[in-house]
Amino acid sequence: MTELKTSAEIGGMGHSVKRKEDPRFIRGRGNYVDDVVRPGMLYMAIVRSPYAHAKILSINSEKALAHPGVAAVITGETLKEYNLHWMPTLMSDTQMVLPIDKVMYQAQEVAAVIATSRYAAADGVELVEVEYEPLEVVIDPFKALEPGAPVLRTDKEGQKDNRIFHWEAGDKAATDKAFKDADVTISQDIYIPRIHVASIETCGIVAEFDSVEGQLTLWMTSQAPHAHRTVFAMVAGHVGLSEEKIRIISPDIGGGFGGKVPIYPGYVIAIAATVVTGSPIKWVEHRRENLQADSFGRDYHMHAELAADKDGTMKALRIKTIADHGYTDAATQPSKWPAGLFAIATGSYPFEAAFCEVDGVYTNKPPGGIAYRCSFRVTEAVHAIERLVDILADDLGMDPAELRMKNFIPPEAFPYKSVLGLEYDSGNYAGALKLAMEKIGYQDLLKEQKEKRERGELMGIGISSFTEVVGAGPSKDFDILGLKMFDSAEIRIHPTGKVLVRIGVQSQGQGHETTFGQIVAEELGIPVSDIKVEHGDTDTAPYGLGTYASRSTPVAGAATAMASRKIRDKAKKIAAYLLEVSEDDLDWEPGKFFVKGVPDKAKTIQEIAFAAYTNHPQGMEAGLEAVSYYDPPNMTFPFGSYICVVDIDSGTGQVKIRRFMAVDDCGNIINPMIVEGQIHGGLTMGMAPALMEEISYDEEGNIYGGSFMEYLMPTAMETPNWETAKTCTPSPHHPIGAKGVGESATVGAPPAIVNAVVDALSHLGVRHLEIPLTPEKVWRAINGL
Amino acid sequence: MIPGTFEYHKPSTLDEAVALLASLGDDAKVLSGGQSLIPMMKFRLAEPANLVDINGLEGLDYIREADGYLTIGALTREAELDRSDLIKSKYPIIHDTAHVIADPQVRNLATIGGNLAHGDPANDHPATMVALGAEVVVFGPNGSRTIGIDDFFLGPLATALKANEILTEIRIPVPPANSGGAYIKFERKVGDFAIAAVAATVTLDGSGKCVKAGIGLTNVGPTPVRAKAAEEALIGNPLTDDNIATAGRLASEASQPVGDQRGSEEYKRAVVEVLTKRALHKAKARAEGGK
Amino acid sequence: MGTQSISIKVNGVEQTGEVEPRLLLVHFIREDLGLTGTHIGCDTTHCGACTVILDGQAVKSCTVFTVQASGKEVLTIEGMTTNGELHPLQAGFMEEHGLQCGFCTPGMIMVSHALLQENSNPTEEEIRFGISGNLCRCTGYVNIVKAVQYAANKI
Repeated sequence: MTELKTSAEIGGMGHSVKRKEDPRFIRGRGNYVDDVVRPGMLYMAIVRSPYAHAKILSINSEKALAHPGVAAVITGETLKEYNLHWMPTLMSDTQMVLPIDKVMYQAQEVAAVIATSRYAAADGVELVEVEYEPLEVVIDPFKALEPGAPVLRTDKEGQKDNRIFHWEAGDKAATDKAFKDADVTISQDIYIPRIHVASIETCGIVAEFDSVEGQLTLWMTSQAPHAHRTVFAMVAGHVGLSEEKIRIISPDIGGGFGGKVPIYPGYVIAIAATVVTGSPIKWVEHRRENLQADSFGRDYHMHAELAADKDGTMKALRIKTIADHGYTDAATQPSKWPAGLFAIATGSYPFEAAFCEVDGVYTNKPPGGIAYRCSFRVTEAVHAIERLVDILADDLGMDPAELRMKNFIPPEAFPYKSVLGLEYDSGNYAGALKLAMEKIGYQDLLKEQKEKRERGELMGIGISSFTEVVGAGPSKDFDILGLKMFDSAEIRIHPTGKVLVRIGVQSQGQGHETTFGQIVAEELGIPVSDIKVEHGDTDTAPYGLGTYASRSTPVAGAATAMASRKIRDKAKKIAAYLLEVSEDDLDWEPGKFFVKGVPDKAKTIQEIAFAAYTNHPQGMEAGLEAVSYYDPPNMTFPFGSYICVVDIDSGTGQVKIRRFMAVDDCGNIINPMIVEGQIHGGLTMGMAPALMEEISYDEEGNIYGGSFMEYLMPTAMETPNWETAKTCTPSPHHPIGAKGVGESATVGAPPAIVNAVVDALSHLGVRHLEIPLTPEKVWRAINGL
Repeated sequence: MIPGTFEYHKPSTLDEAVALLASLGDDAKVLSGGQSLIPMMKFRLAEPANLVDINGLEGLDYIREADGYLTIGALTREAELDRSDLIKSKYPIIHDTAHVIADPQVRNLATIGGNLAHGDPANDHPATMVALGAEVVVFGPNGSRTIGIDDFFLGPLATALKANEILTEIRIPVPPANSGGAYIKFERKVGDFAIAAVAATVTLDGSGKCVKAGIGLTNVGPTPVRAKAAEEALIGNPLTDDNIATAGRLASEASQPVGDQRGSEEYKRAVVEVLTKRALHKAKARAEGGK
Repeated sequence: MGTQSISIKVNGVEQTGEVEPRLLLVHFIREDLGLTGTHIGCDTTHCGACTVILDGQAVKSCTVFTVQASGKEVLTIEGMTTNGELHPLQAGFMEEHGLQCGFCTPGMIMVSHALLQENSNPTEEEIRFGISGNLCRCTGYVNIVKAVQYAANKI
């Protein structure tokens, strides 16, 4: 467990400090984008394509413009005048802002109506007349790669097919040889369907351009306001937008989970609209456009293979993947690898050889490939390996826990370099699984299952022992359009000893205003109640790359600790001056420097802060401030072991999660209450795609559904009462030994659930089931259909 | 998601409401709880030029027994049915039904009249009313008329209710002694429309033989489906596991599901069979005095 | 199309005005009255972020026309605090960490308020069923259940 170094009153690391953000939220006093109102503000609504692939023959705005309240209709032609009808994606592909000649997916933006009210704008959308000529649609990514498939990206010079990229990692020859020499090989096709983060707040923007000052102010649902500002400056520099005159304010954000990392066309249209009309513009998506057009997660078709010895020793891993990216590569993963961190696929096991390849493919679907509450492509990789392990256990007649225990990378092997090139920082995988088994009573469950099976009842136990990789990332491997993935913190100690902390990351519910204060409290011994944390305003916060991929604590958290330590270094000099001793004679305990062996001879950090402005040594600059930009030396590797128990209704195929024990290890913990809350939420977002959520299309590219009627998010009724426990294996390279935790559970939960369901049906010959495990899928498996 | 414009009318008497409907013609819709209509308007799947809000009509909100009938006013909210002690103790099948409609907030506004008049075979009350052999009372320019439940539902979103009529009351014959009923709904998540649901009622004689049975199926046809052959197979026979199994099979055969995101035709038929059996077992237990 | 006169008591204050009949109650509350604690999350009566109390009953204000609320009383999250004192539910959400991003929180508090008014000592199952018309993407509901239990114990 994280060692407590401060009192509860100071509230440093390890204390369950109540959240500073809560008083406003529980009173309805949060400030979300849709709460922002500006004088003279107009509203924008978007006309969207009913076709997945079609030529635009004409757009007629006359009737819309005649409607009371409609001020303007913006089309691709309007934007073309400014050369703003296309924009780059964060993956250096290109994406239409508004189309000139054709649409590439159903629900694509076609035109925007600007009006004096939300209601008039919605009416205007109904009145814009668009003539389309449908084109052949490519929906199946496998068909998209067949010779003769229509080439979708005719706009890209030299693009001869629908392949976006081919990426591989590992040693193919060594892997092939290991498979040839192995006693046992298994293979399984696994599809991880397209899903949507569906934060309860949709995306939106209020864009306000002051044409006299040339100042553009944007209140925006952004997980990465600084990076977005730079992208806007780079894309629209030619029309006079200059980075110092762009201010992005990311206010309270109603959930992000990856969906608020991309720059959506709607944002750019709203910016164009404020420049064109001279009025502030508000655009807030309604849920249908959010679900139908915003970036998706996953959509990975994997063929996964594993080779092992008869005794269960795992030897080699091979995975071939087709990744459906939609019509453009607008993924939001900043690694230099097109398939992100898929190299974590070897999981918690020391393979001798492994080879992974991923082909990215264009189809007539919305773009994306964002993370759904996970690091980039980690969930897909973990699903593959944790399913394969269970299939191997089944084939060998071994207990899945025993097989994992036999193979785990041992604690003494860390730092561990995997055959796919990642260097795991620390881990104790057997420790986590052992604790999970004890907590849930694994042996008793096995007995119960045996008895139930004899009675014809379906009960399953599933394990997932996952390894995550988060904290993007080291500058050698990570950037967004060239911007390295450091992060930042700026700390100012005021004369009275109170603190302002500004950070480059952006909370969407993670509680940064609380936890980043706790890091400073830990490092400086100043009560967390005296520390104010700000983020999300690019005019005031230091430059940072934003919050996603569990990177806030690993990167900006490190920056905060480092900036605090810079302050402590200066404080020590001041203390030495005040106490008239040498720096070497001083010791530190949280909140004060004291003379070694004479604890009474001390200066508190508050006294030092006052002196920094009133009585500092000659030759020293006044003030007590520091900034740190932290470039992490490595990623962090949180891990855990989950055990899920399911009961299945054999008549309907309905799966009920009876118990779920999650043992997580995220290194040192800043705030146990917040960590546990994140794990609860992550587990729920792991269960959701495992059992319920999926976005699918018919052959014409029509999306099934566009509301929470069809997109099945779990309620409190479907969600079990999660049980949690933890082990603590600090990260050796992180200044405070923390690893990040927001996404572990989303990564680790799905295979535990699938493994449990497959386990419940294994005596019926079931070896694998695809997610979501709908009642019908399970019923078919039970009935051998 | 913004609805189109409309004129809003809020009559205070039934006569006034019906006169409004007559004068406004096809361009008018009745607004009851609004929990189906307003979402449709927000998607602009419904764009009525006029809304006639009947929530100001007095005396359409009641649950009472009289003259051998349980009568329920059309404006009775689902939440009131869910809460009603009379319903819980004597008509648990209606409690089963109201309890699983949408969610608590929707149940506070949604009305039983609206649930039936909407004519959606995915709604829950229709099958239950089929099983209970209910009648609906509608009021039009020529006064009231009563329509048997089997004549009420004509097709998807189509009922025997005329454009100038308002559904005012649901009448359910008070079941004889030794009767029981149950509604079992299988849904993808709480509050969703059913993959399939089954309403079953039985009346037993002193020897345990079934003398009366009603089976209605939700969301497996263009209207709620009465599983007639299944009912007939039960009548005159004891409710043995075998007989109940036969009824389940016959109900499955009577269902007319269409494959969609909730499941294939084959699966839905299987679900109907399973749920019919479960509903009959529960109805039987209740008829025998159980819960 | 004409407008309609309305008069609604919101958090104890009589509000009058002329509104289009199609104006949704949630927009009246948020935009005409500036009470932005009531949120919009789904537009289709599924997420419950817009839940308010209308004449004592929890309703989803995105699925009620403002004209329907005329003559009635509305309670929103802003009306839950009395003389600066937090309602036990508000305190419970904070104490039990029943919120993260805060977007679903007002709706969760309002629906829980209605639940506790009807059933002051609900079981866990009753709480879960009572909030099943409200979606939360952050918390996994565990601590929301605890927050409601906290309030039930205080009331």
